[in-house]
Amino acid sequence: MTISKLLAPGTRHAIPLVLFLLVGFAAPLLAVIGFSFVPARSFSLWQNWGLGNYIEIFNSTSYLSFLWSLGLAAITVLVLAVICYPIAYGLARVFGKYSTLVTLLFTIPLFVSENVRLYGWVLFFIKNGVLLGTLKSWFGIEPESWLFTNGIIVWGMVYVYLPFMLFPMTLGVSMVPDQTRDAAFDLGATRWQVFKEVELPLSMPGIMIGFLLSFVLAVGAIAEAKVLGGQQIIPISHDIEIAFTYAQNWPLGAALSVLLMLVVGTLVLLVLRRFDLDAILGRR
Amino acid sequence: MNGRSPILQLRNLTKTFGNFTAVKDINLDITEGEFFTIVGPSGSGKTTMLRMLTGMESATSGDILLRGTRINDLPANKRPTCMVFQSLALFPHRTVGQNIEFSLKIKNIAPDVRKARALQLMDQLRLPQDYYGKSVTKCSGGERQRVALARALAYDPDILFFDEPLSAIDYKLRKTLEKELKDIHRETGKTFIYITHSLEEAMVMSDRIGVMRAGQLVQVGSPQQIYGAPETKFVSEFVGDVNVMAVRAGGAATVHAAEFNIDFVSPSVPAGFAAGHLVVRPESLRFLSAHNEAQNCLEGRLYNEYVLGSRIQYQVRVNDHVFIVEKLRQQAFTGKLDDNVLIGWDAKDSILVTD
Repeated sequence: MTISKLLAPGTRHAIPLVLFLLVGFAAPLLAVIGFSFVPARSFSLWQNWGLGNYIEIFNSTSYLSFLWSLGLAAITVLVLAVICYPIAYGLARVFGKYSTLVTLLFTIPLFVSENVRLYGWVLFFIKNGVLLGTLKSWFGIEPESWLFTNGIIVWGMVYVYLPFMLFPMTLGVSMVPDQTRDAAFDLGATRWQVFKEVELPLSMPGIMIGFLLSFVLAVGAIAEAKVLGGQQIIPISHDIEIAFTYAQNWPLGAALSVLLMLVVGTLVLLVLRRFDLDAILGRR
Repeated sequence: MNGRSPILQLRNLTKTFGNFTAVKDINLDITEGEFFTIVGPSGSGKTTMLRMLTGMESATSGDILLRGTRINDLPANKRPTCMVFQSLALFPHRTVGQNIEFSLKIKNIAPDVRKARALQLMDQLRLPQDYYGKSVTKCSGGERQRVALARALAYDPDILFFDEPLSAIDYKLRKTLEKELKDIHRETGKTFIYITHSLEEAMVMSDRIGVMRAGQLVQVGSPQQIYGAPETKFVSEFVGDVNVMAVRAGGAATVHAAEFNIDFVSPSVPAGFAAGHLVVRPESLRFLSAHNEAQNCLEGRLYNEYVLGSRIQYQVRVNDHVFIVEKLRQQAFTGKLDDNVLIGWDAKDSILVTD
């Protein structure tokens, strides 16, 4: 019985994928989790496991990095939501044949490395750079450079993660059947009521996926704070990088990573519970 | 309601998209409380016309008058009319009750009043009361149909529009719903304007039918008039099977059919009639045993027969022209396939139409 079940064609064909996932996905994750429990500054898993790394983190100021990462990610997602909805609406409903062109414009920058693009912004914003240099030579005004401020970090994150919010959102908006809009309007709803009662709830699956995708990516952001923020703010991923490289303290880095995964995972689960994505999607 | 005064008047209503004229110069009065159906093949402009009447499309020229007031520029959400969509356009994220109450919620009516009204409509439309909290996506096709109708009725519109809402429903249920809809029309006394490509559906329900072709209303009349006295070949062919023969003017009461090289006795030939078609419905054609049993007679070969339940159809070929003869099952024809047969009809059973 058990053997015949194991040999069922479905099970048999799933074996390669299961092995691939175990080796490629579960193994590194388990290694990181394991490393978070070994003594600090050691490089082997086979030792006395303990909670030392976690105790060290809770006695340190690492929580500040967590807060910066979560806060910047939250602000980024909110700004993205406000910017992307109108563009998504346009792509799905207004631009028509031009929407391919607009999509391309938003996609092409993705072909260039993120760091290169961020250094491009440095050149744009730096003192005597594209923006300030032009202002100075044309109008003789010399404002302070915005580089190395928190605002410019958000600017960079919004810029980098925009496609990850925009495209799921566009999908969400285009999932709303035209006739439901017409029907709501016909039943006396104002433009705002049509949006609130029909368009927003029906495009919610796409919007939620955009939120989650851009939030998870933004929490792990590191280059924006380094390049544009001039390391004035240390996000959590920068802490993790330092622990693994300069500090040569893999167990501490692993413990920080595990905590980050726990925090983000919990937030995502809470959101998914609030908005039952499966139910919304499964209804179609 | 006196049933006489017009509720909706269309004056030279026209809609063009670029060079294409979708709706052309429509003039029509629809009476208060009437069940009016617009019939036409796809692409005849009937949906565009309906969208203009509901306010979802603007008219290029002409007037739409509701009880004498021009409403061309009134947006859909301000018009006292409501539409049941082809796709029904129910809100999938809402329950049956929330769908029905939508327009009441928009008007900020108290929740308990809304619910009472929704339950009353559900009762009227034979939806079980415990469906109130059920997701519309879990309802069957017929139930969704009723929810859509209840949602429109909750708006309490002066005119209810229907855009082929029954087209995606299987035959048996459609027949039931057609009759139910006509019952609802009687109960509510509201004006119903219905759009369909099926004249059969239109005839079951309507007080009057308007046939559309290429953006124009080609004939308006009662179901009996449309069926019994079509004015053009197009209208005559729109209802089920029909026998059509090309004819040109002959004598005072005859027309000449070149195909058979024969003169047919015809209903009165209008002055100025040059050429057109003679139409004979399948049930008006008879099998004859002698030439003199009918005013017009043709000799042909019995080619096939089709049993349609209560009726039987016979295909008779005269040269290459296919005729359809229809008999009640009880009066089935006894001839065999490939027999030579005589078919005929009297002038009063034929209709002379133009193209």
